[in-house]
Amino acid sequence: MPTVAPIDIDDHCLTAVFLDDVPVFALASGEVVRLDHGTHRHTLHDGLLCSAVGWDGKSLVTGGEDGKVMRLGADGSETTLRAPARKWVSAIAAGPQGAVAFAEGRAATVLLADGTERTFEEARTIEGLAFAPKGLRLAMARYNGVSLTFVHGSAPAMDFEWKGAHNQVLFSPDNRFLVTAMQENALHGWKLDGKPGGEQRHMRMTGYPAKVKSLSWSNKGKWLASSGAPSAIVWPFSGKDGPMGKAPLELGQRADTMVTCVACHPVEDLVAIGFGDGMVLAVRIADSKEALLRRPGKGPITSLAWNRPGRLLAFGSQAGDCGVVDIAG
Amino acid sequence: MSEAPASTPVSPVPVAPIPVTVLTGYLGAGKTTLLNRILSEPHGKRYAVIVNEFGEIGIDNDLIVESDEEIYEMNNGCVCCTVRGDLIRVVEGLMRRPGRFDAIIVETTGLADPVPVAQTFFMDDDVRAKTRLDAVVALVDARHLPARLKDSREAEDQIAFADVVLLNKTDLVTPEELESIERTVRAINPSARIHRTERAAVPLDKVLDRGAFDLSRALENDPHFLDHDHPDHACGPDCDHDHDHDHGHHHHDHHDHTHDHHHHGHGHAAPAAIHDITVQSVSLRAGPVDPKKFFPWIEKITQLEGPNILRLKGIIAFEGDDDRYVIQGVHMIVEGDHQRAWKEDEKRESRLVFIGRDLDREKLERTFLACQA
Repeated sequence: MPTVAPIDIDDHCLTAVFLDDVPVFALASGEVVRLDHGTHRHTLHDGLLCSAVGWDGKSLVTGGEDGKVMRLGADGSETTLRAPARKWVSAIAAGPQGAVAFAEGRAATVLLADGTERTFEEARTIEGLAFAPKGLRLAMARYNGVSLTFVHGSAPAMDFEWKGAHNQVLFSPDNRFLVTAMQENALHGWKLDGKPGGEQRHMRMTGYPAKVKSLSWSNKGKWLASSGAPSAIVWPFSGKDGPMGKAPLELGQRADTMVTCVACHPVEDLVAIGFGDGMVLAVRIADSKEALLRRPGKGPITSLAWNRPGRLLAFGSQAGDCGVVDIAG
Repeated sequence: MSEAPASTPVSPVPVAPIPVTVLTGYLGAGKTTLLNRILSEPHGKRYAVIVNEFGEIGIDNDLIVESDEEIYEMNNGCVCCTVRGDLIRVVEGLMRRPGRFDAIIVETTGLADPVPVAQTFFMDDDVRAKTRLDAVVALVDARHLPARLKDSREAEDQIAFADVVLLNKTDLVTPEELESIERTVRAINPSARIHRTERAAVPLDKVLDRGAFDLSRALENDPHFLDHDHPDHACGPDCDHDHDHDHGHHHHDHHDHTHDHHHHGHGHAAPAAIHDITVQSVSLRAGPVDPKKFFPWIEKITQLEGPNILRLKGIIAFEGDDDRYVIQGVHMIVEGDHQRAWKEDEKRESRLVFIGRDLDREKLERTFLACQA
């Protein structure tokens, strides 16, 4: 039986993650709570807006209302990557070799481990950032599409156009697809393995009753799980054309609330699903078998993260009733 | 984990939606002056202010957020369904830390279209769940309005869309000019409250926490606000506008804009500025209507004429229904709800005002009357 170790934080939790095996909860106030042989509190920002886990899984980078960009290590070390500034830092991504990208308004800045810095300007506000799984390549989601650019060199950005506002972007783990969540209740995808100069191949994933705010790729990118409906909508991506012409799976359907967060297991084809009432389920993709991980709580689930072996699941909620589930008990 | 701190449980009390005031107005009309007054007067309220540029606003205690105006067209095939993407993000961020402020003020740039700002508060589910649009306040530079109306459509749109108009810098024009300017504003928007001001000095309760977009409250505050262009409305003590002239002047023919148009027998010269007005309003009256006819009608009108409709407001009497139904709209978005029971002495009639461009008055009138029960 799964057991839940709760922690009440009394603040809107934006992100729950593991750094190494240490559960960490980043809060809207700017405080980050780290549970490592006791509770450690780090005040990183006056207002935290976004965060991303480093590729090595050992640090969390954050951006805030204060314009600062910070890095918190698993050991509790705090590093200021960018001093306070005027504009909100509203999107952040971590990349290979310690690279960090953050966006403020229409500019994105990439900070590399060797101290070099490069800024990219877009015509419209950059709403989402992601690094490609291969090469130092950055995707910037914006109005009417995504700009894809190499951090080094002077090649112009490639434009992936689709009408409408794109709020979030991510690459599939195998680098074959680029997917965005839109202001409309929809996802959009592009195939990346087409011939250079060839026609762009689009994937429209629609039918959601609400905006999609949470996306998660399964191990090796076979499935893409998403929030925005009364069940987790899981699109099949193993075929050559991704989910085109195929129906998604609907896992963990509830009648009275919506899925607010999803996180695929790092090893198994299994999805952790968080709901608007605070419930958390684990559902196996193969047979839709459900297991209750956490009963409803005080607020919607805002964040879910597995540790590397996939035995522990950290969850954050809007009301601050967070915790860690041990699925093996 | 065992050392998790004891903290007080968060009670799931539903949070009241935060009121949002939108300030529009041309560069130099006095937005910054008004904003500084709002932020510095001792009213005990805390504001989060969303601005395009920090500019001259500098009050340390308040929360000022700089944001690039981002107009997003919704991908639903409707050209007038636009929202402000930056507001969605900023409001979402602000609302994650409630308790820091009591209300939000959005200052738009001089050339801004007020429609996407307002529509954001109706079209985005997250924003809508946490906030309510309180009022759109337009500042008008009395001296420069005629020139503004000649060279820009935005100036006119801002007035047409407003719930409250501050006719500012009145000390820089003659009383006759002021009368003419006010008539022009009234011609563009017969249902807005107009306040004459110098240096944007207006009691703040006239612009903040008005509930003007909340139609049922607007009606409680001023039961006649839909009557301002009607000859039988004499301005009573409960009409809290600052002006003192006869409402009878605002006969609706007045702004049925054609260049060879005459103002039948009205006691004032046609202000030249009126000729730069492209916005018109159409006020309709009917007896009790049949909901089975009315709802398909209003849906069709707003679908077909949506791009031309800036605002619509109305009170509807349904046949056999003891409650008043209030309705309002922005372009193609229409919202309505029952408000309260009709009073004994109240005449059960249906009234609607459309403010927009290229409206077919005759057709609106005819088809509205056809909805009568």
